[in-house]
Amino acid sequence: MADVSLAAEAAAVRSAASGPSGPRPRHVLSRRNIFLYGTLIVVALYYLLPLYVMIVTSLKGMPEIRLGNIFSPPVEITFEPWVKAWSQACTGLNCDGLSRGFWNSVRITVPSVLLSIAIASVNGYALANWRFKGADTFFVILIVGAFIPYQVMIYPIVIILREIGIYGTLTGLVIVHSIFGMPILTLLFRNYFSSMPEELFRAARVDGAGFWGIYLRIMLPMSLPIFVVAIILQVTGIWNDFLFGVVYTRPDTYPMTVQLNNIVNSVQGVKEYNVNMAATILTGLVPLIVYFVSGKLFVRGIAAGAVKG
Amino acid sequence: MAAAIASPSVSIQDLSLNFGAVSVLQTLNLDVAEGEFVVLLGPSGCGKSTLLNCIAGLLDISEGRIFIKGKNVTWEEPKDRGIGMVFQSYALYPQMTVEKNLSFGLRVAGVPKDEIAKRIARAAEILQIGPLLQRKPSALSGGQRQRVAIGRALVRDVDVFLFDEPLSNLDAKLRSELRVEIKLLHRKLENTMIYVTHDQIEAMTLADRIAVMRGGVIQQLDAPQTIYNRPVNRFVAGFLGSPAMNFIKGQLEAGDPPVFKADGVSVPLGRYQFDGEGGRAAKPCVFGIRPEHIAFGEAAKAMPFTAESTVEIVDPMGSDTLVWTKLGGQILSFRVEADKTLRNGDAIRIGFDPARASLFDAETDSRL
Repeated sequence: MADVSLAAEAAAVRSAASGPSGPRPRHVLSRRNIFLYGTLIVVALYYLLPLYVMIVTSLKGMPEIRLGNIFSPPVEITFEPWVKAWSQACTGLNCDGLSRGFWNSVRITVPSVLLSIAIASVNGYALANWRFKGADTFFVILIVGAFIPYQVMIYPIVIILREIGIYGTLTGLVIVHSIFGMPILTLLFRNYFSSMPEELFRAARVDGAGFWGIYLRIMLPMSLPIFVVAIILQVTGIWNDFLFGVVYTRPDTYPMTVQLNNIVNSVQGVKEYNVNMAATILTGLVPLIVYFVSGKLFVRGIAAGAVKG
Repeated sequence: MAAAIASPSVSIQDLSLNFGAVSVLQTLNLDVAEGEFVVLLGPSGCGKSTLLNCIAGLLDISEGRIFIKGKNVTWEEPKDRGIGMVFQSYALYPQMTVEKNLSFGLRVAGVPKDEIAKRIARAAEILQIGPLLQRKPSALSGGQRQRVAIGRALVRDVDVFLFDEPLSNLDAKLRSELRVEIKLLHRKLENTMIYVTHDQIEAMTLADRIAVMRGGVIQQLDAPQTIYNRPVNRFVAGFLGSPAMNFIKGQLEAGDPPVFKADGVSVPLGRYQFDGEGGRAAKPCVFGIRPEHIAFGEAAKAMPFTAESTVEIVDPMGSDTLVWTKLGGQILSFRVEADKTLRNGDAIRIGFDPARASLFDAETDSRL
């Protein structure tokens, strides 16, 4: 009897709708939402505005640019500046545009990325799983290397490369990039491999796999996210590098960034803003594409590698 | 310690392990007979898993020797020791199917394909994981994963199985199911098995012999019943048994028979079996009695020792009820059937047989 009356009472309360019930109502235009989305929109505009100006300017002809309305969209869209930036712009004696620098950058970036990641991942794996004597000391030294300013090492490396006989070649630059990527990449891989369950490694050892067997057959297949992170870091880092490019190469092997600088900063003739803008976008396109394509994996990998120190 | 085993399957001699200044295992000796099921039991940090890893060859030891099947394997790689190991977290290779997980070790060792297939078929049949062979570990339940992990040890066709808390990650129901399966597996294979756990029920049910460890030292190595009924010291007595053994501090008085005295209670120890004559001398000691060895009400009258007391707290536990009372001014718990209705403050009569008790030296904590 008591149950029945209780249930009746509960039903009465519900039907009277006297109090809140069900999901809390949400107001689209609440103060919180206005602040939140307002801030996000302002910040997004702030970051996107320069890109907008660049794209708009690169599509205008010079007469239109001279009017000075940098925010106005192009009246007459022209792709002439893009073509010129890619294949005709002059740097020094060469007038074949950025295309030369693009292919140089590709020939620098691809081997550097592959080499540095291959070595660093094995480093990180050895440091995380095969705790050899002095491993910690080695690791500390490697990390300290990441904090030494590059400028300090520029000249000694010039001498070293000259003595070996690869100064000014793409090979030399590839080696330099691989070495300088080592500390941060090793840290990244070591932390990732440390976060993997130790028992997995032990099980593989009981199963008889050795150093390379465990690395290639157990660890590698499990570390796609961190490899993606490493590839992104290295591709963008090496592609965007200017300092090493300008120091360790010669004009005909200049990477794209150096060539871009030479186009934009040339003092002779008219400043062709539209060509400069197009050239800059072209140069930045590779890292941009890399980010867009791998965004999700990048975030996951960064999170995975950052958990353990 | 049990008598020396003629040809032990696993023999650990004077094994020590130090991490820097920290001594994890101290000159430890252990012989495991062929086909024996030995459980290493102890609280967290007692070195039981470390000892297992040393046997497996996953940790380099500081001193001593390890023999497996009469062969000195102290410096051998894990794969050459003739062991299979099952881990607490299963440690299945996530990117491989169950079949590839099982065959990995064999493929590394270069075993011919038809032999691999034969061994996998056998393991799958024993463990009933045939339908799971093409699945990835992520698509398996906890119990299935652990079965696959056992299978991985099984296909290696080894003499010694090492289990590192294999059931700790499973829920209570699955744990008891797999416990039975492991027991059946042992009966079927008759391999030597060394099993690490902190769960006393697993230890009691599975083991031929239990090694109770603390602080890197084996406290007692004996059959489960012996460890339960005649613990060598207070640590072992307190670690095994749930609810735990009651301890009453008091004084041992010499005489014939010797008498245990504590604040108004005196228990004649005529029926107690002393460990040697030295124990009979008068000294401070601790009297231990298990909750299930204390009789209550009518049954208590038949016991050699009885006392009056009052009920302090009643803890119903389903199958039975734990009653807390006092004896000699110290807290004492005992078990009664669940249908006995007792209330706080009830006057009761309890009794027990001193022959089932354990007496410990108050200073050294070892059994008298």
